[in-house]
Amino acid sequence: MHTLKYSAASFFKYLTLVFGALAALIPIIVVFFASLKTNTEYANTGPLTLPENWLNFSNYTKAFVDGNMLLGFMNTIIIVLISIAGATLTGSMMAYILARFKFKGSKLLMSAFLLATLIPGVTTQVATFQIINSLDLFNTRWAPILMYLGTDIIAVYIFMQFLDSISESLDESAMLDGASYWTIYWRIILPLLSPAIVTVIIVKGVNIYNDFYTPFLYMPKSSLQVVSTALFKFKGPYGSQWEVICAAIMIAIIPTLIAFIALQKYIYNGFAQGSVK
Amino acid sequence: MERVSNLSYKNQRILIIFLFSLVPVVLLLTFSYLPVIKMFQYSFTSWDGFSKNMEYVGFDNYKTIFTRPEYFAVFKVSLYYFFATFVQMGLALYFATILSFNVRLKNWFKGILFFPTLLNGVAIGFIFLFFFKPEGTLNTLLELAGLGAWQQKWLLNPHLINISLAFASVWRYMGMNFIIFLGAISSIGSDIYEASEIDGANRWHQFRHIILPSIKRILQLNLILAVSGAIGVFEIPYVMTGGSNGSSTFVIQTVDVAFKYSKLGLASAMAVVLLGIVILVTILQRVLIKEEK
Repeated sequence: MHTLKYSAASFFKYLTLVFGALAALIPIIVVFFASLKTNTEYANTGPLTLPENWLNFSNYTKAFVDGNMLLGFMNTIIIVLISIAGATLTGSMMAYILARFKFKGSKLLMSAFLLATLIPGVTTQVATFQIINSLDLFNTRWAPILMYLGTDIIAVYIFMQFLDSISESLDESAMLDGASYWTIYWRIILPLLSPAIVTVIIVKGVNIYNDFYTPFLYMPKSSLQVVSTALFKFKGPYGSQWEVICAAIMIAIIPTLIAFIALQKYIYNGFAQGSVK
Repeated sequence: MERVSNLSYKNQRILIIFLFSLVPVVLLLTFSYLPVIKMFQYSFTSWDGFSKNMEYVGFDNYKTIFTRPEYFAVFKVSLYYFFATFVQMGLALYFATILSFNVRLKNWFKGILFFPTLLNGVAIGFIFLFFFKPEGTLNTLLELAGLGAWQQKWLLNPHLINISLAFASVWRYMGMNFIIFLGAISSIGSDIYEASEIDGANRWHQFRHIILPSIKRILQLNLILAVSGAIGVFEIPYVMTGGSNGSSTFVIQTVDVAFKYSKLGLASAMAVVLLGIVILVTILQRVLIKEEK
């Protein structure tokens, strides 16, 4: 009786898991199928029908060239690199002084950052837009870069949490050797923070790559399009050519898939750390 | 940084605290606090965003929001996403619990369930546009399963549109909750489970008395995030429907009012109302959680 009950529970467990996995995969897989179909084939087959020719990449070339996706990738890479480098530096510096020094106003500083997280970014966009505008940054790459830098508290948290595990006696022994605080930060703390830096790179990188709102609002100029806005442009003119849109979707997804497979272990850690705190 | 090392450590401290906090503080003030102040200021004007002089109109914008139902309707749409969050967290908790014990192909299931969270928001919008099309994936699947009678025009029916969109949102964010719960559950020491098994606890007892209490704080945190998440919905409905058919969310409406119709003052007042709601809910939750302890 016990084993029967047990195996029924086990069956239910696997059933739900398979169902969950299918629910996660099917919407993507059908898009992949459609991206490999010719126009007539797409028109005459259902979404679940497999493509006739698995090597028909003509939609991909069309989407890539017509959508100017290369430009989108270039702009995305530039923005991601500068934002991440900046967020790593400013975040680790902030975390360093907050974790290592007790000074007047350190509590105030901390609560100022904390309070800012309570203000949902979307509510203040209209006013932020005016600030970006008055700084003459509208339609420049600096608009999103500054915003990705400015609103970031997650990085500071991750670094502070990690700094707690780095013994302060390391700092002290460096000071006995006459190292300045700058040297301690640059030569000792920053290299030791590298696991936390990987986390920050992953969490920020994914967020920036996927963000649509910020570039859409602040950089409408087509020469500044990023992957998200390039993809969005397919909406109007390709309404009847879903096989091309599907190829464009896959072009935007493939880098994520590759990064996910390559960095799986770090990604799990990164998200768990980045979101819990 | 020349000759820093010649300064005394006391002076170095002052210097480094100042230098290291300068950029983050300037950014914080410019992009977090200044917008809030400006937003309050704009909300009392009829400014269009371009003209040189702003005209102060008192509480007119607020009156418009609270008296014209079309401005308040967006909050009803938020409710769909808010309820969807509970479905999402329930699923996430279920999958996180069963996948933290021994399961075959565990890592495959983890990866597949988590992957959607990493995808581009615009791509997800398109994927579900394809999914919900009249001849799309969902209707084809229903046909295949012999449920052809259930086929619907998922995005054209005003009664179904927000449910369909909220479903896409669950699909997108479930993996995020899942991975957070999984991380929290895996930090529970295995000796606790072993001890409970000796005491005769089954899986349900373990979930109820070990897992649930130890992830309580994260559960609460996620609840707080659910409110601002439900109000901040933008990409999925914007890409999929453009906000038509009663699917407009608060952010879509604000963007339209501010940038399409150039009513910056009104849009700011809407944002102030929203900020008020979010802060109220956050305080309320904090108070309730404290009382519970």
